[in-house]
Amino acid sequence: MDVTSGPAGSPTTHNARSEAGARRGLDGDAVFRVLVTGAGVTVLALLGAIILVMLFGGVQAFSTFGPAFLVSNVWNPVTHHYGALAPVFGTLVTSVIGLLIAVPLAFGAAFWLTQLAPARVSAIIGMAVQLLAAVPSIIFGMWGFFVVRPLMAHYVQPNLRHTIGHVPVLGALVQGAPFGTGLMTGGIILAVMVMPFVTAVMRDVFSSIPPVLKESAFGLGATRWEVMRQVILPWSRRAVVGAVVLGMGRAMGETMAVTFVIGNANRIGWSLFAPGNTIASLIALEFPESAAGSLKLSSLMALGAILMALSFLALCASRLMLGVSSRQARR
Amino acid sequence: MSVDPASKHASAAPASSEPDKWRVGSALVARRRFMDRLATVLSLCATSVALVALVSILLTLLVRGAAGLSLVTFTHSTASPGLNGGLANAIVGSLIQTAIAIAIGAPLGMLCGIFLANYGRGWVASTTRFVSDMLLSAPSILIGLFIYQIVVAPTGQFSGLAGGLALAILALPIVVRTTEDMLALVPTALVEAGIALGARKWRVIVFICLRAARTGVITGILLAVARVTGETAPLLFTSLGNQEWSVNPAHPMASLPVTIYQYAGSAYEDWVQLAWTGALLVTLGVLAINIIVRVGFDRKGA
Repeated sequence: MDVTSGPAGSPTTHNARSEAGARRGLDGDAVFRVLVTGAGVTVLALLGAIILVMLFGGVQAFSTFGPAFLVSNVWNPVTHHYGALAPVFGTLVTSVIGLLIAVPLAFGAAFWLTQLAPARVSAIIGMAVQLLAAVPSIIFGMWGFFVVRPLMAHYVQPNLRHTIGHVPVLGALVQGAPFGTGLMTGGIILAVMVMPFVTAVMRDVFSSIPPVLKESAFGLGATRWEVMRQVILPWSRRAVVGAVVLGMGRAMGETMAVTFVIGNANRIGWSLFAPGNTIASLIALEFPESAAGSLKLSSLMALGAILMALSFLALCASRLMLGVSSRQARR
Repeated sequence: MSVDPASKHASAAPASSEPDKWRVGSALVARRRFMDRLATVLSLCATSVALVALVSILLTLLVRGAAGLSLVTFTHSTASPGLNGGLANAIVGSLIQTAIAIAIGAPLGMLCGIFLANYGRGWVASTTRFVSDMLLSAPSILIGLFIYQIVVAPTGQFSGLAGGLALAILALPIVVRTTEDMLALVPTALVEAGIALGARKWRVIVFICLRAARTGVITGILLAVARVTGETAPLLFTSLGNQEWSVNPAHPMASLPVTIYQYAGSAYEDWVQLAWTGALLVTLGVLAINIIVRVGFDRKGA
């Protein structure tokens, strides 16, 4: 039982009993304090080190291209020109598509699970939804590649082109050869992956509302939907936004699932069905082909730093939104 | 009249005696009932989307993966196309790297959780808590890049150890979080009883608090195992993958997720088959752990 004999137990454990061990027990306390504080500081230092490594790795790229790195959409290993715009664009677009699909679904699922379903059904279905969150991302990638991609290529995209392909603005979104890969497919896979996370947070939030509020609304004759819409949602609005932003952070950092279906093309365009790239997928695909110390590697590290910054911002934002409720939960 | 129990209460009692007198605006009632029905149906649809996705994934895995499942899968290492290879090296590699990750991540995470729950005060604790959450949601591929830069590049060698280290960083915040949360749930009376008996603080924490929170902490560790087993991105640049049988953590090491990644996109039918079989194994393993944790431990800390 490695829990009880634990990490700190080993040096002075069982002999340090009673009066004879009083002095050593005091030492034990000091040692233990140092040990756990050290662990805490290690975690702090770890994140610091990750950020520093990314920044130092990216220094070469940042200094070679300057601010232009952020606004250039060239990615040309032959001429050694690299820019971050296209992968950043792809990352944001796929994440936003993913959230646009996932958030209504997650809201619906959380609504059903917390307010409508019988408790036993809710427990089972809720667990199934959580299992979906546990499926490794590479499995989503394979599923996306072998199941979703053909669907997109054979049904969704041709039909969309047929129906709205000639509409002036919308038409631009569906142009391109029907490969089935691209930003839209990536977004859909992300939606399926992110939805359980957002559902889980929303579920916690919705079920933490004081029953009195709900009961008084029901007492006034409100329907369940009205209670949801006019009591629960306003009460938990900030937390719901926090959940959404948390999902955004997840979606932006996702690598394997997107890599399978994104199509790997460095481009920025209107079409949602054109192949694209995200920061994470570009790193996964290009890294094996970049020599140590090369400008390309440095550019990839710089992209990593940007991704880190994006996910940091997302987390900060969601913390601010979720802040109050999660801090209460922790106490 | 099956709108919902509450509105029935509001209108049903008087309505039963004089139905029409008390019915205000039946159009309004109809609309409200319609909205409620609509929301019910839509939310049911939303829930079923998740279920359909889960079932679709599992069915795809079963149909495509089970076909390649045989004894050879577990006894042979990966081989060139056509040579009837298995996944033995990948399975063992995954187990070794997960073990390394947990051996490093779990104790460190527990210590850090103890720090946050019992020692942490002020800005150090809140920063550490935030940083731990940051690590929890950090893109896993960046962890791979990080380990590549500080371990692989200086030593000039991809290694299973590097892979294990990368996974340890992913396991760490999960353990930190569950340990802290579970320790916070330990009843104060229990702690006070320990202190009243004259036990030192560290003994109270290790032998009373941790013991009381045992189930939750084990849950956290199991969840970390489940999370880490399926990770691909951090292993791409650290343990790299290996076609041969290798259990030496100082050398490149195969793992199931990386093998799946490399084989799924290949042109050889038997490799793609192996990828599906591997995917089935990984998913079943990960889901089994999750089900055990959630059912067995009654959703504590999940």
